[in-house]
Amino acid sequence: MKYNEQQLTAVKELLYKIADDQLIIGHRNSEWTGLGPILEEDIAFSSIAQDKLGQSLHIYELLHSLGEKDPDTIAFTRGAKDFKCCQFVEHPIGEYDFSLMRNFLFSHSELIRFEMLSNSSLEELAKLARKYKGEIKYHVMHSDTWVKQLGKANDESRARMQSALNESFNLALGIFEESEFAGDLNEMKVFEGEKVLQNNWLEQITQVLERGSLEIPAQTKWVPAYRGRKGYHTEYLQPLLDEMGEVFTVDPKAEW
Amino acid sequence: MQSYDPRVNRMELPSNEDGKEVLQSEENWETYEVFHQKKRGDQHIHVGIVHAANPEMALILAKESFGRRRQTANLWVVKSSQVHATDYENQDMFETTPEKTYREASDYYCMDRIRKYQQEHGIADRKGERRKKTEAKSK
Repeated sequence: MKYNEQQLTAVKELLYKIADDQLIIGHRNSEWTGLGPILEEDIAFSSIAQDKLGQSLHIYELLHSLGEKDPDTIAFTRGAKDFKCCQFVEHPIGEYDFSLMRNFLFSHSELIRFEMLSNSSLEELAKLARKYKGEIKYHVMHSDTWVKQLGKANDESRARMQSALNESFNLALGIFEESEFAGDLNEMKVFEGEKVLQNNWLEQITQVLERGSLEIPAQTKWVPAYRGRKGYHTEYLQPLLDEMGEVFTVDPKAEW
Repeated sequence: MQSYDPRVNRMELPSNEDGKEVLQSEENWETYEVFHQKKRGDQHIHVGIVHAANPEMALILAKESFGRRRQTANLWVVKSSQVHATDYENQDMFETTPEKTYREASDYYCMDRIRKYQQEHGIADRKGERRKKTEAKSK
């Protein structure tokens, strides 16, 4: 498909935002490797983190084919202001309740996002969306299982999960910050938009949270943590990027 | 630069006076035996155990521990406590005396009679033909 300049910008912005989310949450979740609550969960959570890194690589490759720099350069050399991830994914891992809740809220949005994208007119993206389906399905099953279990296990676990949900909810709403190109993307049948996504997401997570006896904060308290998509980030992103790119920037031309 | 990576800033775990980590009894979960099926229709084969709080979680954790590096069609989990086993003290009951080979299929010679029957009734000896073919190939 041939895009005019504005259309191309719109598509690239969408791809950057998706891949940056995946790269950053993948990196954050991988910080649990070796520290997970039990061995089996450590393996599972690390594997999920690796899946996200792999997915971001594919999207960066797609960006490369649209004229952007190569994936390593994109991932390791940009500063925080060039990242289009939502602020939710850049927050430190906190305790395991926060990391689980974040992965729950984020994975559900990914599942719906890629269901929507599997019919995208951007054929390469649609192909990737169909390819990720199984991986993301597992990520959702994994976090649903934990949310239900810990929501019901005992008073302490329920209280922790509820406070993790309260703490993450406004951040999670930041996932759905609408793009200025939403109209173009919708018209081009590339992506239906964040509103549709958010509504479906709310419906899905509510069902699971109810089974874990957990409650979404009242709508009057919703203050979405926007602006990440515009390049405005929390103090936590730049140190993460410095650390992630530390080895790469020693010798950017090295062959691995 | 201060790192946010807990691998760098090791978490401080509570400890007893002897320096060992505190672990409450309810933090010890049950184990589940994991059975792996490679292809639909194959037998499920025992591959190991996982610790989990419930069967659903056991399946989720078994998927990454035992399913991610090999072809997998299906997994089973069974609570270890639900498995009944023989006693190693009674292992001698599996020993059979060498004089009882008549109880084993390999002790019966009947191929010559089968071939004779096949020839008499014009039935193709497919096994023999296959053997001849592979022998010809290897030459």
